[in-house]
Amino acid sequence: MRLEYFQMLDRVVELNVESCSLVASARVPETSSVFEGHFPGHPLMPGVLLLETMAQAAGYLLLALDGFSRMPFFANAKEANFRAFVTPGSDLTVHATRIHDGAGYAVVDAHIVCDGKRVADARLTMRNVPFPNAALQQHVRREGARLGFLKEAL
Amino acid sequence: MASTFDTVARIISSTSDVPIEKITPDSHVMKDLEVDSLAFLDVTFQIDQTFGIRLPVEEWLQNVKGGYDGDRYFVLRNLCRHIDDVAGAAAPT
Repeated sequence: MRLEYFQMLDRVVELNVESCSLVASARVPETSSVFEGHFPGHPLMPGVLLLETMAQAAGYLLLALDGFSRMPFFANAKEANFRAFVTPGSDLTVHATRIHDGAGYAVVDAHIVCDGKRVADARLTMRNVPFPNAALQQHVRREGARLGFLKEAL
Repeated sequence: MASTFDTVARIISSTSDVPIEKITPDSHVMKDLEVDSLAFLDVTFQIDQTFGIRLPVEEWLQNVKGGYDGDRYFVLRNLCRHIDDVAGAAAPT
């Protein structure tokens, strides 16, 4: 994870096209300016960044399923729960499963596991639209390659 | 068995906090019921799930952008007719 760059995932470890699901790994950094404020003397991964982590897993799942042809934008979160503190240095496993493929949108159930325990979950709605420009598409494809699954997806 | 209109009215009311008595077959989902585009995604998801269909809302929105009259899709009686058409086409024969 590079929190300041909103780079929340480190690697896609499993992509299952048949079950429309993805598993990614993410290690919370030991140090970050984020922890200076959240919270002094008691550093915690902000829940909103855990939500973003799940949204990115959902986004890359949809990109993979659509062959990186459309851009998923995070539109809505329902029933978001943060069930345990996540501290610097934690190793996270992020799960995302598409439960509905609508026209121009998709609904994804996501959750995060840390030390065998579910620490966050949410139902996410992603709006799927044509890429607004080539630069974003290239960036997303580069990120797909960095995460180690673009080849498999295509 | 509830009519398509009754079912859709219940979905809109529960997902968008619109009083059910305000919803009529002549209501325009956006203009009259003030369901915004994000809330309409919720409505569409519930309709898709309830009727086991994939409502072609993306195509409809493109058509409206292209100059089509939105009433043909987003006035309740028309929306329900589209749902019945899509559900009928999707039903096993």
